[in-house]
Amino acid sequence: MRITQGTFSFLPDLSDTQITAQIEYCLQNQWAVAIEFTDDPHPRNTYWAMWGMPMFDLQDPAGAMQELKACRDTYPEHYIRINAFDAAEGWETVRLSFIVNRPSEEPGFRMVRREGAGRTMHYTLESYAVNRNPEGERYGREQG
Amino acid sequence: MTVEQTVKPGAGDTIDLAAEYREAGVADVLERLDNELIGLQPVKQRVREIAALLLVDRVRSRFDLATEPPSLHMCFTGNPGTGKTTLAMRMAEILKRLGYVRKGHVVAVTRDDLVGQYIGHTAPKTREVLKRAMGGVLFIDEAYYLYRPENEKDYGQEAIELLLQVMENQRDDLVVVLAGYADRMERFFTSNPGMKSRIAHHVEFPDYSDGELTQIADLMLSQWNYHFDPGGSRAFAEYLQRRRTSPHFANARSVRNALDRMRLRQALRLFDAAAPVAREDLQTITEADVRASRHFRDSSEQDPEN
Repeated sequence: MRITQGTFSFLPDLSDTQITAQIEYCLQNQWAVAIEFTDDPHPRNTYWAMWGMPMFDLQDPAGAMQELKACRDTYPEHYIRINAFDAAEGWETVRLSFIVNRPSEEPGFRMVRREGAGRTMHYTLESYAVNRNPEGERYGREQG
Repeated sequence: MTVEQTVKPGAGDTIDLAAEYREAGVADVLERLDNELIGLQPVKQRVREIAALLLVDRVRSRFDLATEPPSLHMCFTGNPGTGKTTLAMRMAEILKRLGYVRKGHVVAVTRDDLVGQYIGHTAPKTREVLKRAMGGVLFIDEAYYLYRPENEKDYGQEAIELLLQVMENQRDDLVVVLAGYADRMERFFTSNPGMKSRIAHHVEFPDYSDGELTQIADLMLSQWNYHFDPGGSRAFAEYLQRRRTSPHFANARSVRNALDRMRLRQALRLFDAAAPVAREDLQTITEADVRASRHFRDSSEQDPEN
């Protein structure tokens, strides 16, 4: 099941040229670009691990693309996303966030039903990949 | 490299180089270079050559004549205050107009910005600077300090290696300009032959003559809305001769500092006179303001920067 989170997630995966163009757009708006990765793609998991520091005072997408490449080389089977943070007063938040790398196989989520007091039902999601293996081995082993 | 390829010219077609030159907007950068930078004839000549090469290269690629993207890394050598940083800014502008760098900003750094203080600190620091410079020009002032032969554990070597790697593999993304004194730069290159071979353009900045320094002083003063009175300019010419022979002479930078001090003395003179001042008084630097400099005193215990 293809995970759809963040901007552009219903489109086919962006090519590197398209990612570069998006980063260019972020930089034009003076947003700081950051790269994050995870292998726990639960929709409520907002805290992904940071790949280095957010890139403030960047002028050109080449620098961010270089970091993205390094991140992909290290974590080819992780989800990687690019966040663009707007520091302008009144916004001070992430303005754009999109996935730029995903595992080759995405098993998706199981819906869990739990029966509570008085036969009430509680529903929750559970990732097959997260249940299957500990952190770092969930989507096939990374090399190195 | 961005070349707008709307219509491909055929083998028999011609392209007007002059029109191309005008379109790229390089002409007015070069013209400003001529007007705003005094002297430096050999440097201007080199800049013109480089600009011509890049322009012709661009036209060649339109005819599908395969060219290696030219190596643009440069080395500026010369004494302090000869305009190296200023030229780096102009060069960035020219490269941007011709489409060889995307953004045309200049990131000026020295050893401290690249080299870390402990093991593992250097690489991220250098990489950070390189990322910031991408799309523009990385200007490394006094680059020879990166290499410290007397200390084999020095982290400078690590920065040099990272730099070399990017200079080789990401030529489209950034242009590196090294700057410094000629002799020390030469020693730096002998111990880092890899660096020398990756730098295509070596530009030498000559010292300014007294006449050129006078012109520079006049230009600076007119930019600040000041001018010498006739006695003042005679005294200043004499000042230059004395200043040149004293230690720590830094060409245009010394001129600038001297003018700053003359402005101070002029302000104090006007203030102490306690008389009403006219517009003209506020603009004029007189002989007395110049002659108050320590370089006109004959004592041997002079402060070098005065």
